[in-house]
Amino acid sequence: MPRDKKANAEAYLRMYRQMVRIRAFEDNANQLYLNAKMPGLTHMYSGQEAVAVGICEALTDEDRITSTHRGHGHCLAKGAELKLMFCELLGKEEGYCRGKGGSMHIADQAHGNLGANAIVGGSAGIATGAALSAKRLGRNYVTVCFFGDGATAQGLWYEVMNMAALWKLPVIYACENNGYSEYTPTDEVVAGSLTARAEAFAIEAHQVDGQDVLAVNKCATELAERCRRGEGPFFIELETYRYHGHHVGDINRDYYRSKEEEARWKADRDPIINFGRWLLSEGVATKEELAAIGSEIGDEAAAAVEYALAAPYPDAIEVDMHVFKGVEHALPYMSGARQ
Amino acid sequence: MTREITLSQAVNEAIAEEMRRDETVILVGEDVAEAGTPFKVLSGLVEEFGTDRVIDTPIAEPGFMGIAVGAAMTGLRPIVDLMFGDFLYLVMDQLCNQAAKTHYMSGGKLNVPLVLRTNLGATRRSAAQHSQSLHALVAHIPGLKVAMPSSAYEAKGLLKAAIRDDNPVVIFEDKLMYQDKAPVPEEEYLLPLGEAAILREGLEVTLIGTSSMRQVCEKAAEILEADGISAEVVDPRTLVPLDEGTILGSVRKTSRAIVVDEGHQNFGVTAEIAARISEKAFYHLDAPVIRMGAMDVPVPFSPALEDLTVPTPEAVAANARALVRGVPVHAL
Ligand SMILES: Cc1ncc(C[n+]2csc(CCOP(=O)(O)OP(=O)(O)O)c2C)c(N)n1
Ligand SMILES: [Mg+2]
Repeated sequence: MPRDKKANAEAYLRMYRQMVRIRAFEDNANQLYLNAKMPGLTHMYSGQEAVAVGICEALTDEDRITSTHRGHGHCLAKGAELKLMFCELLGKEEGYCRGKGGSMHIADQAHGNLGANAIVGGSAGIATGAALSAKRLGRNYVTVCFFGDGATAQGLWYEVMNMAALWKLPVIYACENNGYSEYTPTDEVVAGSLTARAEAFAIEAHQVDGQDVLAVNKCATELAERCRRGEGPFFIELETYRYHGHHVGDINRDYYRSKEEEARWKADRDPIINFGRWLLSEGVATKEELAAIGSEIGDEAAAAVEYALAAPYPDAIEVDMHVFKGVEHALPYMSGARQ
Repeated sequence: MTREITLSQAVNEAIAEEMRRDETVILVGEDVAEAGTPFKVLSGLVEEFGTDRVIDTPIAEPGFMGIAVGAAMTGLRPIVDLMFGDFLYLVMDQLCNQAAKTHYMSGGKLNVPLVLRTNLGATRRSAAQHSQSLHALVAHIPGLKVAMPSSAYEAKGLLKAAIRDDNPVVIFEDKLMYQDKAPVPEEEYLLPLGEAAILREGLEVTLIGTSSMRQVCEKAAEILEADGISAEVVDPRTLVPLDEGTILGSVRKTSRAIVVDEGHQNFGVTAEIAARISEKAFYHLDAPVIRMGAMDVPVPFSPALEDLTVPTPEAVAANARALVRGVPVHAL
């Protein structure tokens, strides 16, 4: 094993572990849905792990991200805890948003996650605003805006890319092209090329294999460093694939996506299997070590689910709290009660 | 002849019938064609009418809304599918600054015959950006008509009338009601915009309920009946125009009114209807008019909180009981 690989072994294993954690989280979340224990629906990140992990490994807790409806992977990769995430998915008081946000709105300030978003493309402005803050306040953090291929249809992104380019903001627009927006293949709704769209604003654009965590990490590390030197913004298009349906309830999907296609991606391009093989072939880890990581995380996830299932719901009194900063209860306040 | 069909089927039939009748009618929106929308309401339409008339769009709500406005001004009659009512915020400029005002600003020379179909309704555990009931926003804008079907029967009749209307009409369907069945005639029928329905006759209190709150009012009326209180249930069916005659006629008879709607209560639909009753039937009232809207908070995700934010039959019945028994309103 070459020396730099040995030096990086810790980072490699961390990335492997994080990808396995995301997969385990999603498998458990899906099971909660199937067992009718989860309120509402949720969107699985399985298959796309290398994107979130490769990028977030290049970031520090100071760096910010904005996330999407398919956001569990981003949140975990940025450092969130399984337990508190499951609590949020189940609407429990201990969840990241005290049960008020749920799957599509998880935010984790301690690790720089400004929040998932249920409006497709809705966080492009927020990410760019966070980058403006970094610049004006003289802070050296980078903001990564995660979004899907479908979100590139939203006009907001073009407006903010223009301003980010004009103002040289430290933001990276990371488009996870998983080939579909809901039940529609990307090529039916995207004219021209996505990288060319960014380039039209003189934003440097890259295309990366989103199933290759090292390639993703290499690109993100370079671009994050260059952002810190004032060379941003940047655009990355990451080719990837979602394993589940659009959401957990999207089970019969033959009409828009074949089982063969799904099987092919899983067999040939699974980011965890392929990276695991690479770790073995490079001698970074043994089979036994990788298996141990898998079972340890499996246990951790199972315990987190148990914990969240038993955790209490928020008290009814919370329903009108947190509507306004600085106001304890919104209802009396809105009727004129003095604070 | 009538048969029972779901609200979803009723919408599908209305659109299919109108598309057969008038080939200028087109359908535009995200995943409306093959997928038939995430709620499967439009399944089968693309097979009959083809992708030239059932048009899948990118996720670009302001864009396709604007295109629909322009198409409506120049000979087509678009039905725009807005997947969630919460996305109204994205299309507000095209809807309110363009569609709503074109006829007026052109001195009556241009018009915008389009239908915007969208939905409302909480308690689906979808959190704050997928659960809102935003009909008051558009009802506030002169130039837009607003329909609120409360059953499969109304959904079909109102939608057909809306498609034939020469103005922009926004229809809100309750996404929790898509699988609810109701008797619907097999023969063609239209329900004119601006005609409320009295769904249950009563003497002591009028319960006015829009959309799914009509069912809440009907259940409340049953609870009240068991208590020996006679409640009348009125469904306005459309907010613009609002059938004041039917509403005021009922309140003049019962002398008491509760207005129930799933939009936020502050500055909302319940306030507007209550104000009209108070102005125009004041001397017939025995008690203040009560508003019951959704709690004035963003819709919370947690089931433990979300269920607190929407009016329930029990709460409506409790308020009605208090009104009828003369309990002062501040004690409610
Ligand atoms: C503004 C807006 N329009 C439509 C939707 C409904 N919707 C949710 S996810 C989605 C598809 C998004 O596709 P993409 O951006 O590629 O992300 P992916 O789901 O593939 O991760 C759509 C249309 C939404 N949430 N917000
Ligand atoms: Mg996608």
